[in-house]
Amino acid sequence: MAFLNACELKKNGVSKKMNIQVNLEEIDNNLTGFIRGEIDAHTAPVLREKLEAYQNQDGLKAVLDLSDVDYMDSTGLGVFVAFYKSVNAKGGHVKLKGLSSRLKRLFDITGLGEIMDIESAGKGGN
Amino acid sequence: MVQKIENQYKEILNQYMQRQSEQNLYVGQNFSRQLISENISPEEVISVHKAAMQEIYGELPEFVWHSFDFLIEMMINYGLALQERQSLLQRQEELRVEMDLAANVQETLLKTPMPALAGLDIGLLSIPARKMNGDYIYFISDSEGHAGIAVADVIGKGLPAALCMSMVKFGMDSLNNSPADPKEVLGVINRVVEKSIDDSMFVSMFYGKYDSNDSTLTYGSAGHEPAILYRAKSNSFEELYAKGLLLGVSPAASYEQHTVQLEKDDLVIMMTDGVTEGRTDEGFIEREVIFELIDQKKDEPAQRIVQFVYDELERMQNAELRDDFTLVIYKKV
Repeated sequence: MAFLNACELKKNGVSKKMNIQVNLEEIDNNLTGFIRGEIDAHTAPVLREKLEAYQNQDGLKAVLDLSDVDYMDSTGLGVFVAFYKSVNAKGGHVKLKGLSSRLKRLFDITGLGEIMDIESAGKGGN
Repeated sequence: MVQKIENQYKEILNQYMQRQSEQNLYVGQNFSRQLISENISPEEVISVHKAAMQEIYGELPEFVWHSFDFLIEMMINYGLALQERQSLLQRQEELRVEMDLAANVQETLLKTPMPALAGLDIGLLSIPARKMNGDYIYFISDSEGHAGIAVADVIGKGLPAALCMSMVKFGMDSLNNSPADPKEVLGVINRVVEKSIDDSMFVSMFYGKYDSNDSTLTYGSAGHEPAILYRAKSNSFEELYAKGLLLGVSPAASYEQHTVQLEKDDLVIMMTDGVTEGRTDEGFIEREVIFELIDQKKDEPAQRIVQFVYDELERMQNAELRDDFTLVIYKKV
């Protein structure tokens, strides 16, 4: 299943491209996700809505690949924290993989790297 | 009034029918602006047009008059849309006034007296990206030479962030303990925040306790951008990193704290990610850029350094701040 979201936002008369691509696929309670683009205040609601569809399943095992995420701010972190909390409460597990050094730093500084299962790009391999 | 408009319209139309010049059209354009400002609806304009045609030409085939009646009917919903737009503009204005009031309330609510401590020069600047500020600075001090500072950043911007911020303020107020250790302060505020916010909200916070008796700074962090220590002696920058989870994520979170001894002309630079997450057309503004800016002004008073860093970063981003910006500098003098 592929979802593409690219819309033009008009702000202050300047056209800004908002781009995020979220691919989610679930088989037998295993959710595999691939996220591409920028996760900020404009695009985070798109990601949140997609993830919310799965977060209340019992014992969900989710693996989300962020290797093509160029930028993420605290709003993006908020989406992953909310998803992590819901899935954990239902006895499931969330893993984030392919984190760039910039994203890895964000998770480390915020302490989320300690409680969430994260993996940097280049580690683990296939 | 209506009579006057009808006469003016008839005159302008008549001129146009005779010459059809650009000048006549221009007069018409200006007149239509006047009609809009006087709230004349589109269907009324067509009625005026029809009446003017009758006066100028008298007899015209019946179908011409019928067509105007039909056009009037077609325009009625456009008139309603126009009215709706006007009432939206009015409501927008009401909201703007309300936001201004709320921003004033926030400013009063979050006011914090800057401590005056021997041997410490403090500079600070906090600029919201929108009306309401999601960044927050809180000072607490006593007469024994202790001063605490909290620099906090709520996820998101605007009104929701501002409401969440009041919670941090009341938490700090009720703690009311200036010699308190950072790990203790962060633990208490974490439990206050955790109880009251939803799953996708959180707050990051740096807490530093300065003791002017021995010039030490003890600090802890709840998922906040690390503060930076500039050492005058070695002319070098280092991060003041302390492990700790964002506030509001887990009630069980515990916090580290570390202590550094400040020497003359050392700087402690505390900030929110609005300072470090700046972006220009070429990409991100790296931390080294901020170090360089501070290096240029390190011999000046703390407030001058803070203002210079803000001015330069704002200039690099074409005066467009994406996030709330807060920068505090402690200078040991």
